Order: sequence, then C-alpha cells, then structure tokens
Amino acid sequence: MTKSSPDYQANQSLYARLFEPQVIGKMPVGTQILVYSALVIWTLFVLFPIYWVLITSFKDIADVNGGPYFLPWIDFTPSLHAWKELFVVDYEDTLTAYMNSIIIALASTLLCSMIGSMAAYALARIEYKPKFGTIALFVVSMILASIAVGSYGIDWKIAVAVALAIFALMARGLSRRFTRSVGNGDILFWMISQRILPPVVVVVPIYMMFQQLHLLDTHIALILTYTVVNLPIVVWLMYDFFVSIPKDLEESAQLDGATRFTTFWEIVLPMARPGLAATTLLVMILAWNEYLLALFISTSNAQTMPILVAAMNAGERGILWWSMSVVIIVMIIPVVAMAIVLQRFISKGVLLGAVKG
Amino acid sequence: MTPQNSGAPVTRPEPDAPAGLAAPTSHRARLSEWIDRRAGTFFIMPAVVMILIFSIFPLVASLVMSVSRIRLRAGGYKVSFVGTKNFEKQLFGSEQFHFLGTFREISLLGWVVMVLAALVLVWWLYRYVRSQFWWLGFIGRLITANLAFAIVALAATTLLSGNNFGTLGTTLFYVFVGCSIQFIIGLGLALLCSQQIRGRNFFRVVFFIPLMVTPIGIGYAFRMLADTTKGPFSIVWQWVGLGDFAWSTSAWAARSFIIIGDSWQWIPFIFVILLAACENIPRDFVEAAEVDGASQRQIFLEITWPQILPVAVTVMLIRMIEAFKIVDLPNIMTSGGPGIATESMSLHSLFAWRSLDLGQSAAISYLLLFVTVVVCVSFFNIIVLQRVRQT
Repeated sequence: MTKSSPDYQANQSLYARLFEPQVIGKMPVGTQILVYSALVIWTLFVLFPIYWVLITSFKDIADVNGGPYFLPWIDFTPSLHAWKELFVVDYEDTLTAYMNSIIIALASTLLCSMIGSMAAYALARIEYKPKFGTIALFVVSMILASIAVGSYGIDWKIAVAVALAIFALMARGLSRRFTRSVGNGDILFWMISQRILPPVVVVVPIYMMFQQLHLLDTHIALILTYTVVNLPIVVWLMYDFFVSIPKDLEESAQLDGATRFTTFWEIVLPMARPGLAATTLLVMILAWNEYLLALFISTSNAQTMPILVAAMNAGERGILWWSMSVVIIVMIIPVVAMAIVLQRFISKGVLLGAVKG
Repeated sequence: MTPQNSGAPVTRPEPDAPAGLAAPTSHRARLSEWIDRRAGTFFIMPAVVMILIFSIFPLVASLVMSVSRIRLRAGGYKVSFVGTKNFEKQLFGSEQFHFLGTFREISLLGWVVMVLAALVLVWWLYRYVRSQFWWLGFIGRLITANLAFAIVALAATTLLSGNNFGTLGTTLFYVFVGCSIQFIIGLGLALLCSQQIRGRNFFRVVFFIPLMVTPIGIGYAFRMLADTTKGPFSIVWQWVGLGDFAWSTSAWAARSFIIIGDSWQWIPFIFVILLAACENIPRDFVEAAEVDGASQRQIFLEITWPQILPVAVTVMLIRMIEAFKIVDLPNIMTSGGPGIATESMSLHSLFAWRSLDLGQSAAISYLLLFVTVVVCVSFFNIIVLQRVRQT
C-alpha cells in the first residue's frame, strides 16, 4: 500500500492526514494552513503601522485627537490639510530638507561605494606589507602633534604639517630597519572594526572639527561623515565579492598592458554590479535615515528629513501627528521605489556572499 | 604619508617590464606609468585617510575629552586635565545610580546567581588553561570573564534585589533580549518563506519594508499605536480594563515597548539574509532526506541548521554591533523615561552633551565603546573562532 493510495489515506487519523507529508516535496494541508496564517499575521504586523501612519496623514486634527478611526470615507473624511501645509503653505522648508536629504544621501552613497570598493578591490588583489614600525612612528608623531596642540596651544595646521613632515623624513630613513609587518587581513579588520564605534563617541570631536573648518551645517560635512560611517560596510561586503570573482580576466587584461585603474573600471566593476547594487542600497538606506549625526552637524541649511520629522514635535503645540505622518510617508516612497528596482539583486542573495563568515 | 605608503604592490605583474618596449617618452605617459606603479597606494589611500581623519582622530580627541573637564568660556573652551575623575563619577560617584543603578543589599537569589556565575567562569578559564594556553588568549578571556562577572554582579545587586538598574543594564537588556527575539522570529520567518509556498516574492518585499522606514518615524508611529486612549488598539485596552494604563509610566512596559519597535525594524534584516542562506542549501539534500523518511525536525537539525549557522553567527554579530548604538527609539518613544528606565548609554551620553557636560559625555561614550568591544570580540572569538578551530 503506497502512501498516496486512497485506502492508506482513509486509515490515517485526522492529525496524520493534516500534518504528515503525503507526497515528497509537497507540504501537507495542515502545515500549509499554519504556514500561510503565520505569514499573513506577520504581513499584518509589518503593514499595520505603515497603514496607520498613512491614514493619519489624511486625517483632520479633530479626527487624530478623537477616538481611533480606521477606515477613510467610512468613519472619517480624509482631508489634505497636512499635505497642503507641507507642500503648499510651507513648501520651502519641506523641499529644502527633501533636496538636502537627496543630495546628501546620493553623494555620500556614491563617494562611499567608490572609495570603499576601491579599497576592497585593492585588499583583495594587491598584497600590502606596511611595516609595523612605520605605523608606530605615524601614531607617535600624531600623538606628539596633538600634545603640542592641546598643551602648548600651537595652531593645529602647523602642528599637523610639522608632524607629517617629521614622519615622512623618519619613515624614509628608518623603514629599512623595520622587519615586522602587518598583512592585508589586518588592514581589512582595522577598516571593518570602525563600524563598532558608536557614533556618540566620535560625534563631538567631529562637530568641533567642522566648527574649526567652518563647515558646520553644510552638505559637505554631512556627506563626508556619512561616507566614513558607512565605509566599513562597503569594504566588508565588496571585499568578499571581489575575492569570489576569478582573477583570469584581470590578469589577461594586464598582460595586454591595461593599467590597474583601467582594469578596475572596465572589467572588475561591471562584473561586480550585483554586489555593488545591494551594497549601494543598504548604504543608501542607512544614510537616508540617519538621525544622530545629522542632529549634531546640521542646524538649518543642511537639515535632512529625519530632523524634519523630529521637528514636528513642536513644543507647546504638542506633536503635529498629521504633518509628521506626511513626512514619514514621503520619506519611505523613494527608498521603496529603489528597493523594488534593486529587489532582484537582494533576493539573489548577494548580501549573503559577504556574510558567510 | 600614512603607513600604507610602504605597501607597494608586490605580486603585481609589471605590464611593460617583460616586453622590454621602449620607455614611455611623453610626460603624460610617464606620469600615468608612475601612477600605475603606485596603484596599490592610490587605491587604498582615500579610504585610509578618510578613516584616519573622521574616525581615528575623533576617537583620540574623545579620549582626551574623557579625561578632562571642559568649560565653555566666552569665545572658546577651557580644558583642564582631571585624570580619571569623569569615569570615577560614573562608576563610583554621584552619577552611579544613573549609569550602573541603585545598589541595595544583595538578596539570596542574587548571591546564588553570583556564585553560580563565578563557578562557571572559573571552570571556563580552567578548561582553557588545561586545553591550550597562549598568554594573549588568556588575558583576553580574563577580561571577558571579568566583564561577564561584573555584569552578573550588577544584575544581582540591582535587578535581582528588587531595584533599578542604570543605563548600562538597559543597553545590555536591549542588546541581549532584543537580539534574541529578533533572531528567533527572523529565523522562523526565513524558514517559513524558504518552503515551497506561493507569493514568496511578495512576502519577501513586504517583510523587507520596515528596514527602510526611518527609526525616528518608527518611534513616533509606535507611540501613536501604543496610545491607550486614541490609538487603534484602545478598544482592546478598554476591554481588558487597562484604559488608563500608560506605557510610559511602567519601566518594564516601556522597555518592552522599545524592543517591539526595534524588532519591527530589524527583523527584516535578519530575515533577508537568513532566507538567502536557507535558499542556498542544495535542494537535493533536503529531498534526499525526505525520501529517506526524515521528519521536519530532523531535516532542520541535521541539514538546515549546520548549513546556515555561519551566516547566522555573522548576522547576529552585525546586529549586536548596531544594537549597542540604539538611541533614536528610546529618545523618541519615551525620552528615556520613566525616570531613566529606558535610557540607553548612547542616549545618556547625548543627554550629557546637551547639558554641556562634554567630559562626562565622552566618558560615558568611552565606557560604551569598551563594553561593545569586549562583548563583540568575545562573541566573535568564542563562537566564530571556536567553530573555525573545530573544523
């Protein structure tokens, strides 16, 4: 009697018929019901907050402050007052923040992907052997410079320049004597470990640094900061991607006389496109949504969207839930659009390659 | 002019060396050849310089700030060196209740837990010394064991003795409890989605959405949802009889509320990567096991779990690193309240900065950095390297 014959099925208990596999590779009915209900419940859990924000953005002030209303046109009348306020009455602030966010997120993502994948490629292909002694020398000269600035009040530009010059001279003279060196793995670990750094540790010095350079509240400041914050992710993900690409093509290109840069631009980057797409999306999301650093570095000119969201908590007037909902919805749209475009790269498990450990 | 300068390319084949062609004559060709010879430096230098300026320099500056007292004066700062006073204030002094918690006489349960933890840690160190010994490894394990014991002792003196813990305890609660919940649910969803089901792409996209919402937005959205009088669930609250109950007045409710928001955002990340890992398992393995009559549980334990374990460990490491930085959600949802119950260390540091206490702020952030590094490195060493050594 085979498992799929009617007699066998009739003799089984209800539990067995529902939950034990009848056909290889196909789920039993009971399991299917459980799986789908779990997935649907989770879908509701994921979508409900977004739905609530969406309908709040169309509610009148009275409807927000009154009891809970769930369905537009049935228990409340949708109104566009919040949208009008943000995009018609007060459109300057909104559009400035929106443009700031777009410029900063795009520029920092571009810069970050560029610099990060160059470093990752170099670490995957070229062998580096920086001498241990040279690094120590560099650290010592920088510490001396910071002591000079901190304790003796010397101008920081002069101190850094002098320290760099001393380092260059000493390194040239002494580098032959140093024997121990660190490898690519150490450099890679050093770069990736920067991600562990909590932003609060570095944000105050970064604030002071931009203050010194008169770059506070500018696009450049935020672009540079986001680039560095997200650099470890790019290096990490792209390194594993480059390692997995076969070397043959590059080697034959180099035999034909192509330089490293040409090889990188015209052969390696096009091959790494899927990995680059997934990495770019991730970095973009992080830069687009970042709040803490933006809070410190930007005040008005370079204000980004997350700051605008927080600004809707307007002190004595209470929280402007309706306007805030509009901003949140407006912020989600471009990212979701981009994610749908890049979805096939993500679902192919491109991120996975890097996380295999 | 950084360390990598001496890292000239070593193994790279010289493109024009073997051919012995005529040396490039024009200025431009010579320049491009020089650049190509130094390509190794040029490729890595931007990243190194950026990290040095924006990451290493602030790190050092922050260290300097944490050992000094900074007062704002007209037209600048006045910095005076105070040694470890800032740290002392947090760990032993007037800010102790805020950072570590309020201590009280240790209860019986606290003693039992502490003794048990001490025994386990000593046994763990003993086993390491007996099996292999390397002094650096031993020192690392000693630091891990000490921190672990300190955390257990902290829990015993505050939490288990019926008292409040400070921002350190709250942060660790977010990291360990939050990450565990997120991992379990993320793994469950990934396993469900890796079955032969319809609409897999739909679920994949929908489940990914929360990651794209700004954390600030999530904070406010969950505040709206949790409102017991005007929120969507207010009917349920009234019905249960908790109509007057406010999340933000009960410490544990507020903490779990923040974990719910955090999980809502980060489960997608774990889900997406674990799903890809599940789909990477060769289909034949599972089918062969099914033909042999293995149960679903056996298939999971014998095939799926070992295959996705490396990915799972790395994902959890990334997630833990990010979880230590949690600041937006507690700031928005509860602003650290009630009292200091939901204040994470990042938020604590941010509040100190807002009250212009830069030295304290830097000291707290350094303590956070220390805890993060020890926990993450221990996790990496004990779990990842252990597995590498075994195989």
